[in-house]
Amino acid sequence: MEWETVIGLEVHAQLKTVSKIFSGAPTAYGAPPNTQANVVDVALPGVLPVLNAEAVRMAVRLGLAIGATVHVRSIFARKNYFYPDLPKGYQISQYEHPIVERGQLSIMTEAGEKRVGITRAHLEEDAGKSLHEAWEGLTGVDLNRAGTPLLEIVSEPDMRSPAEAVAYLKALHTLVRYLEICDGNMQEGSFRCDANVSVRPLGESRYGTRAELKNINSFRFVERAIDYEVRRQIALLSSGGQVRQETRLYDSVRDETRSMRSKEEANDYRYFPDPDLPPLVVSPELLAEVKATMPELPEAKRQRFCEHYGLSAYDAAVLTGSRELADYYEEAVQSSAGEPKLAANWVAGEFLARLNSANLDIADARVSARALGGLLRRIADSTVSGKTAKDIFEAMWEEGGDADSIIAARGLQQITDDSAIEQIVAQVIAANPKQVAQYRAGEEKVLTFFVGQVMKASRGKANPGKVNVILKRVLAS
Amino acid sequence: MRFSGEFPLTLTIAELVQGLTAGQYSSAEIVQDVLRRIEAQPGLNAFITVDRDGAEAAARMADAARARGQNAPLLGVPIAHKDIFCTAGIRTTCGSRMLTDFVAPYDATVVARLNAAGCVPVGKTNMDEFAMGSSNETSFFGPVRNPWDAQRVPGGSSGGSAAAVAARLVPAATGTDTGGSIRQPAALCGITGLKPSYGRVSRYGMIAFASSLDQAGPMAQTAEDCALLLAAMAGFDERDATALTAAVPDYQAALRSPIQGLRIGVVREHFGEGLDATVGDAMQAALREYERLGAKLVDISLPNSGHALPCYYVLAPAEASSNLARYDGVRYGYRAAEYRDLEDMYKKTRSQGFGPEVKRRIMIGTYALSAGYYDAYYLKAQRLRRLIAQDFGQAFESCDVIAGPTAPSPAFAIGAKSDPVSMYLNDIYTIPVNLAGLPAISLPAGFVEGLPVGLQLIGRYLDEARLLNVAHKFQEATDWHRRAPAGF
Repeated sequence: MEWETVIGLEVHAQLKTVSKIFSGAPTAYGAPPNTQANVVDVALPGVLPVLNAEAVRMAVRLGLAIGATVHVRSIFARKNYFYPDLPKGYQISQYEHPIVERGQLSIMTEAGEKRVGITRAHLEEDAGKSLHEAWEGLTGVDLNRAGTPLLEIVSEPDMRSPAEAVAYLKALHTLVRYLEICDGNMQEGSFRCDANVSVRPLGESRYGTRAELKNINSFRFVERAIDYEVRRQIALLSSGGQVRQETRLYDSVRDETRSMRSKEEANDYRYFPDPDLPPLVVSPELLAEVKATMPELPEAKRQRFCEHYGLSAYDAAVLTGSRELADYYEEAVQSSAGEPKLAANWVAGEFLARLNSANLDIADARVSARALGGLLRRIADSTVSGKTAKDIFEAMWEEGGDADSIIAARGLQQITDDSAIEQIVAQVIAANPKQVAQYRAGEEKVLTFFVGQVMKASRGKANPGKVNVILKRVLAS
Repeated sequence: MRFSGEFPLTLTIAELVQGLTAGQYSSAEIVQDVLRRIEAQPGLNAFITVDRDGAEAAARMADAARARGQNAPLLGVPIAHKDIFCTAGIRTTCGSRMLTDFVAPYDATVVARLNAAGCVPVGKTNMDEFAMGSSNETSFFGPVRNPWDAQRVPGGSSGGSAAAVAARLVPAATGTDTGGSIRQPAALCGITGLKPSYGRVSRYGMIAFASSLDQAGPMAQTAEDCALLLAAMAGFDERDATALTAAVPDYQAALRSPIQGLRIGVVREHFGEGLDATVGDAMQAALREYERLGAKLVDISLPNSGHALPCYYVLAPAEASSNLARYDGVRYGYRAAEYRDLEDMYKKTRSQGFGPEVKRRIMIGTYALSAGYYDAYYLKAQRLRRLIAQDFGQAFESCDVIAGPTAPSPAFAIGAKSDPVSMYLNDIYTIPVNLAGLPAISLPAGFVEGLPVGLQLIGRYLDEARLLNVAHKFQEATDWHRRAPAGF
């Protein structure tokens, strides 16, 4: 039987606010345990939550970016359960009335563009962390993370393969970083993903029973966890078994999913509207304010890069992969005096490769966009060859400085003067009578040998195009 | 005249402030006397914690401030806080074993504002555990005794505050009112207590029972004193998202407005079954007094008020079940001495840390919010709550204030109401007011067999000024509020 995979993703994006969603404590990551939790985060008696307006703005930004309905009125609810890292004994979240509903996100699949529905996005607070490692037989509780604002973004079950799930996750990851609402750091848990996975016979319209996969916090693990789960479910169903509705934990070391709790064991969260917080109202003024400050979104930017710079869809997609990279590219183009395609090759090629091998962020790149543009200008006006340019780029990366001064200091200026090249050509021909005879006997591939000799004699500085033309002319005469 | 010898704490706050301003006595002298009185009445059990050192220091500071020419409105006036308000450095128990040793690092907004107005906090008053009770018998620290009859309850949950003011141990105390917890003990102890409109006074630092109903208010001898206290307590607080931004009116100035032609609504349903006939007689006498003062009585109906009790006993426990989840033994408060694992720690801590009434309400509330029951209980109760509020809206179309009994009977004997429902019935007249978020005041309106009886006035939303005015006019014409129990 042929099976169809059905995947929906729930993403928890930590919002990049300075302070927590319901308290004034800072949200910075990595501080010593319990140094960033104030009386509200610790849930001392009598304290009350006050909503952080910046978190609301960020939720509205996402809502607008995915073309969703941003509700004028939404409600905070309490999700009740006991756990040591949940100080109040309930999590403040949104349940029946989320701030954002019904949006969509475009992803690129093998079959082309696909739109994935986004059911809802709601505001909630993060829990603290239980620390099991440091104390023998005891559990520590770190409440630094408690109260960090989260936007939970829930997709429709619209994805049909692990690759589509990853494409959606990457598109969302790119989007939240464009919107500057989440730093997207998956290692630190700023961008977390749960996947709802089911399979059904191809052609069946009803959904199969789903399993919820947790703890899949990298793009690679998302693909592998779903892949494993799909195979598990198909094997189960094929052998006459049934899939149980349950939560499963992905173990990246053993590359498998394991049952965590069944539907029956699930908590009854006893949601009810939080009486400490009045309904969240998004005023027309706030909506207008957020709209006015919306950045260009990845999709629009991609399209503009294709149309305006004449880039291929692939290059445009790579270069708009992050807002920082796109900005870098555009600045390089500007400094290059109008070489968008050359700039695309260099930014997507040499630059990204160097950045990745050095494991650096764009902000820490050792060659600025302006400096790269300067180098591109010298390639465009034939001052240096592409090959020499790579050496110059390397020098700029390692030692700093701009292209022009490196070219001048090292005498790397390309030889473009015909008579100078003719002179070298003449010497090379005179020194290699045997090869000249071969060429003239019809062995045209010997030309490569001559080009190499001329470049060597010019110490790489002769313009390779001109060398070719002149060689052919002289050899033919 | 310079005060000497025993201090006459029958004085109201208004009178005390006059004397302090005139230099007749110092705050230090008043506070010494307050402390002496409190310590002379251990049997009353009105206080859980007395902060002698803090009170003396604060009184000295108040006197020093006055000597420097400062003149905060309540400068040097002693006050007791219900032990539900967090006080920095002084333990806040909420009447529970769970918080026996809990010391907050902050002051509740109410405490901070009264401090800023010059009040001298002397200690923390006894209360029903987590404000759940109408008799003060659920306190982990034992019942408070009614100063009018030591065998009787003072009412609850602000029973310690009411008894302390009634016994003239302190001129004023704070209270909180979720279903009648200021007004009912005020009535049973013969003092004046105001529950403001929901949101008028910040709830920050006030330990939550049922967040959508809880409201702090003043308890004192007179409406005038309540006006002085409310002026200091009320107003927006950025730390409470449910606090109202509406400006705080001049309550004191409003006291003297004439009430000629005032329309007083008399609720038909309040004078039926369940009301002690003797209390009913006292109410009729109070209403006749108002007629003499020029007010008109208007017959009104609150048809849904009969549903208030079941509605309240779904919503309040539902919120409480969630509000009290934080007392889990993990971060602060009581933790069981021995346990096997996390689950066992939770169970033992909460079983041992909470008393039976608190546990009963947590269970009721948890049940009402559970999957499959939510619609039948919680949602239905929310709909009833709206109907009850609409009733008041309709009633206020034909009247300016509503008058009736605060409680159906005078103070009952300690131990007399062992059945929870008979205890809950004590609050039938006060609970609808909380559900509607309205302000109401209870003031002394006579005696039945030597026990005080309270008259409840209910006002329009945010109309505290009018309530205080109408109560003050009654107190100008009567002296019930001036009577102190024998021996105090």
